[in-house]
Amino acid sequence: MPATPTSTSAAALPVEFRGVARAFPTAAGARPVLRDVDLVVEAGEILAILGPSGCGKSTLLRIAGGLDRPTSGRVTIAGSPVADYDARSAIGFQEPRLLPWRTVAQNVALGLPRGTPRAAGRAHVARLLELVGLAEFAEHRPREISGGMAQRTSLARALARSPHVLLLDEPFGALDALTRLRMQDLLLEVHAAEPTTVLLVTHDVDEALQLADRIVVLGAEADTDATPGASIRQTVVVPGTRPRDRGSAELAELRGRLLDGLGIDRHGAARGIQSTSTIPAFPY
Amino acid sequence: MTADASRGDALTSTGPGTGRAGAGLGRAGVTSVDRQSNAPVADRGLAVAAAGPLGVSGIDRREASDPRADGVGPAGPSGVAPRRRLVDRRWFRIAGGALLPLVLLVAWQLASTSGAVPVSMLPSPEMVWTAGVDLAERGLLGLYIAISTQRVFIGFAVGAALGLVVGAVVGLSKLGDILLSPTLGAIRAVPSLAWVPLLILWLKIGEESKVVLIAIGAFFPVYTIVAAALRHVDRQLLEAGRAFGLRGVRLLSVVQLPAAVPSVVSALRLALAQSWLFLVAAELIASSMGLGFLLVDSGNNGRIDRIFLAIILLAVLGKLTDAVVGLFERWAVRKWA
Repeated sequence: MPATPTSTSAAALPVEFRGVARAFPTAAGARPVLRDVDLVVEAGEILAILGPSGCGKSTLLRIAGGLDRPTSGRVTIAGSPVADYDARSAIGFQEPRLLPWRTVAQNVALGLPRGTPRAAGRAHVARLLELVGLAEFAEHRPREISGGMAQRTSLARALARSPHVLLLDEPFGALDALTRLRMQDLLLEVHAAEPTTVLLVTHDVDEALQLADRIVVLGAEADTDATPGASIRQTVVVPGTRPRDRGSAELAELRGRLLDGLGIDRHGAARGIQSTSTIPAFPY
Repeated sequence: MTADASRGDALTSTGPGTGRAGAGLGRAGVTSVDRQSNAPVADRGLAVAAAGPLGVSGIDRREASDPRADGVGPAGPSGVAPRRRLVDRRWFRIAGGALLPLVLLVAWQLASTSGAVPVSMLPSPEMVWTAGVDLAERGLLGLYIAISTQRVFIGFAVGAALGLVVGAVVGLSKLGDILLSPTLGAIRAVPSLAWVPLLILWLKIGEESKVVLIAIGAFFPVYTIVAAALRHVDRQLLEAGRAFGLRGVRLLSVVQLPAAVPSVVSALRLALAQSWLFLVAAELIASSMGLGFLLVDSGNNGRIDRIFLAIILLAVLGKLTDAVVGLFERWAVRKWA
């Protein structure tokens, strides 16, 4: 469907992390998860945060949305500090987290900013459901739709907030491979229709390459004596314009490099295939 | 514990939906027992399948035409039309439930008429029936049933309402929990009959003492279950609610209360059953009418037929009121879970 920009979409805002650290208290003392995260996300950019599970990707995202607070450092959206449950951002969780007793449309309406006039709200919800392809399922309950549909409802709910910053926490992680590819295309359509700043947490390298303008790899130092806690290990600017060719050789090479950064052996060397490097590493 | 089971059901079926589409075929043949309760879902599920390809970027084609895990069931792999098993049929459920009472009635009749058990120990069904008709003709039966039912309903209403309020306070506020729950836990541990002498001294032998005792009986199941349900509302849903700007009263009304509705309804059901128990406790000790009084009075006069009558009436009344709340519970679970 033609993705028409809507008047309600809010201007994208930049997000800035400065020296962000987060440690969780445990019985054995504080356990550092994140440290020294310095990152600037440009307004309107899609930034993918990649990393092995448990490395603090979600924590970073939750801090950006005001669902969690950093132990030290600061996070700002357009220069002003992030408040608790900051109204400028909206989050799409790993799970759909829909209210089971509400219809799909009512669940999406939950995302509308407070004080939205009833009629305008209903029109906005209808438009969003159209955008995510669920117009016919507006009156269904969450348990009557599939996992992919529920995840799209969750995305529509986040968009209903007309967020300046859209935070997505492995939104497609629980979906089957094909649905996930469709959802990625959908996200790009949505971003074209309502361009906001997007922070996308994922553990899927291909997803990051397909969607992001820039990818940051989060991880702890492999050295066991090193300071614990994950930080940004690598930043990659993804070449080309979206939608990208899923089979492109350039992306395949980047993919290998990213997997390598994540500590995954792509088993090329065993077959005598040398890793090529035609793309200069960032920073150029 | 029906309530817990159905809550659990609801939770799994509204969960993250991981790979649901794939699971659908696998589960298809197994779910016949669920099917009845999911009937409307199944219908809609078929509607989903029939809706076919959507006009939107072709995203949905596969999902929309996928048979959903809940309900569509046996139509899946083999393409054979679903056939409801015998145990899913309504008439069979009703007939099956009535079977054991009928068998008992026949056994009772045989035991009492064959002379195996003396009539002074086991009156025949006919004698019990005659006793009932006799009491009804004197206008006592209707009066006793009416007064007992009235006591149950008033006591239940008062106790359940208080249970809802106190349960909400304890379930929603840490401070309320800290201040109230130890004391309430101790009061709950007091056996029902222990209240009777105190209530009679305080409130005399009137309606109040009975209604208060029943209210105590109705209060605790509601209080306990409601407090637990509100305390254990899915944290992820709560966080989602907060993330979308809900707090305070709005968070309570949009997320916490609806999430607790199925538990609240099953708590009410339990409380109603408890109310009937406490009614008899109240009426056994001090009363001049009601089914409990009928029990005591008949016991003193050796009218074993009336004892049987009173017991059967209590069973039937308890089951009837429970069935009404059960219908309400089914509706609530379908609507809110």
